[in-house]
Amino acid sequence: MAEVRLSGVTKRFGTTTAIDDISLTIGDGELVILLGPTGAGKTTTLRLIAGLERPDAGRVTIGGRDVTLANPAERDVAFVFQQYSLYPHLSVYDNLAFPLRSPARRLPEDQIRRKVDEVARLLRIEDKLGNRATQLSGGQMQRVAIGRALVRRPSIYLMDEPLSSLDAKLRSELRLELKRVQQELGATILYVTHDQIEAMTMGTRIGVIDQGRLAQLGTPREIYENPVNLHVAQRLGQPGINLVPRSLFPAIAAPERTQTIGARTEHVRIAKVPERAGIGTVRWIERLGDQNHLHVDLAGRELVTLGDPDSDLAVGDPVTVDFIRPLYFDAAGQRIAG
Amino acid sequence: MAQIRVENLHKAFADFVAVQSSSFTVEDGEFFCLLGPSGCGKTTTLRMIAGLELPTSGTIELGGQDVTFKRAAERDIAFVFQLFALYPHMNVRANIGFPLKCMGMPKAEIKQRVEDAARTLRITHLLDQRVSGLSGGDRQRIALGRAIVRDPAAFMMDEPLGALDAEFRHLMCGELRALHDRLKATTVYVTHDQMEAMAMADTIAVMNRGIIEQYAAPQTIYDRPASVFVADFIGSPPMNLLPFQAALAPGAREIRLDGAPVGVPEVHEALPEGGLVLGVRPEHVRFSDASALRGEVYGTEYLGTTQIVTVKTPAGPLKARVPSSLKVETGERLGLAFQADRLSLFEAASGRALRTALHDQAGSSGGRHG
Repeated sequence: MAEVRLSGVTKRFGTTTAIDDISLTIGDGELVILLGPTGAGKTTTLRLIAGLERPDAGRVTIGGRDVTLANPAERDVAFVFQQYSLYPHLSVYDNLAFPLRSPARRLPEDQIRRKVDEVARLLRIEDKLGNRATQLSGGQMQRVAIGRALVRRPSIYLMDEPLSSLDAKLRSELRLELKRVQQELGATILYVTHDQIEAMTMGTRIGVIDQGRLAQLGTPREIYENPVNLHVAQRLGQPGINLVPRSLFPAIAAPERTQTIGARTEHVRIAKVPERAGIGTVRWIERLGDQNHLHVDLAGRELVTLGDPDSDLAVGDPVTVDFIRPLYFDAAGQRIAG
Repeated sequence: MAQIRVENLHKAFADFVAVQSSSFTVEDGEFFCLLGPSGCGKTTTLRMIAGLELPTSGTIELGGQDVTFKRAAERDIAFVFQLFALYPHMNVRANIGFPLKCMGMPKAEIKQRVEDAARTLRITHLLDQRVSGLSGGDRQRIALGRAIVRDPAAFMMDEPLGALDAEFRHLMCGELRALHDRLKATTVYVTHDQMEAMAMADTIAVMNRGIIEQYAAPQTIYDRPASVFVADFIGSPPMNLLPFQAALAPGAREIRLDGAPVGVPEVHEALPEGGLVLGVRPEHVRFSDASALRGEVYGTEYLGTTQIVTVKTPAGPLKARVPSSLKVETGERLGLAFQADRLSLFEAASGRALRTALHDQAGSSGGRHG
């Protein structure tokens, strides 16, 4: 495993700038997540590291070696795609062994067996080794696809939404497994997703990508608690961060240029008051089981806060709204300290 | 609007029993959810209420009238499907007004009713647009408009949000519930998504293999699941289910998990030695060095304010929801304590919940929506 570094990398396709001056270091043994919507430039970044694309500007180094112009084969990376492409006529064992049997490697069979067994154990498919690839469930197939990357020890694993084609339950299982395997192997992984839950739960660090630019890079907690702008603030959190115009809350001592006040669900306090004293109205009490989400209508905008299932608030109740440690943003959407 | 009474409803397709023997009442103005995995019989139940399927036996009453074998057209029910089947060559106004036109209603009245429905759904600005080119959400609103314009006795909805992406589905849940609060229409809503059911319903019937496993308010179902199936189907992550062996006597307030004592709500029945299951919601787990029940942290998942910690215990894997401010490392060994008065006990073989002090609190929580 090795450190991978992008320095000022730009990639254009025709007149579109897919990647705009991105600098990013993936530390040895780190799992970095690139989070962003479709078309943000996540996959292009992976392809640039793999050597499937060449940058128009900037450098890519792997383990200190400049590979900007190197061929894919010279880079020592392993790629896991969203769609598992297994060899249907081969057994699980042979699918896993395939990369090791490449003529370029020529590993003896007993070493191959050792590696395949180890990876199968890590991914808990050791009892499936004799099965044909087509006899597996979707989750098992994706495990094999990930395993086919893991049998090698490349400088870095590049993973492009590897869990997105699975159902919710399997996805949540594999999230945990993959992170565990990564920690056990000390693997360096750059993982691309548009799923904020994957980003928050798996990443050592998250890079939020917005229109080809790296908007913010930090630990999940840093990104969640201290977003640098409105775009990043809205990327994490379910339900999303509450954003209200500063003008609705003249009493709050916000910094001067504040246009928008942001507060996460858990940082909003509401209290039932007589009709005229209220600033908002409870519109919908959404039950989650362990707690409720209270949706408050605030002058035509919606605000969501957490509530206790035993609370006596009801739909239609007028309420006051308070914020704990709110975030302030200026007219351009940039965060202002305060 | 009307009450719906279903009694001993049974439906078999050749050898396959789709619905075993369902009985429930949907009160006038209630939002009722049939919840379960695919193939559990929920859609068949809905189709029998609507008259699209005839029961093998049992009765269905709508507004006090037996409609069991009446044709769908005679039932005064509006159906909303998952796929919004709109007429692409008509504009929004014509689509919404179509059912009324078929009934031969005068034009002026149709216009009035369509505009009322559009106002209720807040789509007045779309009335003269073509259907093609509208977003999925707007199309679903128009499909709803076509249902409410008839002012039927009840609404039947079969996974109406199933085709929408997660974020939008959530938004529409809020809209549907708000619409229900405005119209106060008796609604039967079918879904496999527990979040939708919890978020919208006044009452939920959880179905499994043609049987209603529990029929109660959402909070009751969450707090006091009637069976292992319900416990595992509701909640995200679902309830932890830890198997153990024991004989229990009435009055028992403690069980043993891997030798460690665990406090439980007072047991109200006698059970001979056998397989039992302890049910623990993730938010009722605490880490406590004093506890004899030990486990090893398998992984942590940061979720903002809270984190989910997966712990391997001798009794099985367990997920805990704890504040994310708590520092927990993978591989760390720790003690586990549970909030005793909130735990569930089940019989392993039948899956049914044991009667305990948990059920004495019935009625203290689980208020209705709206």
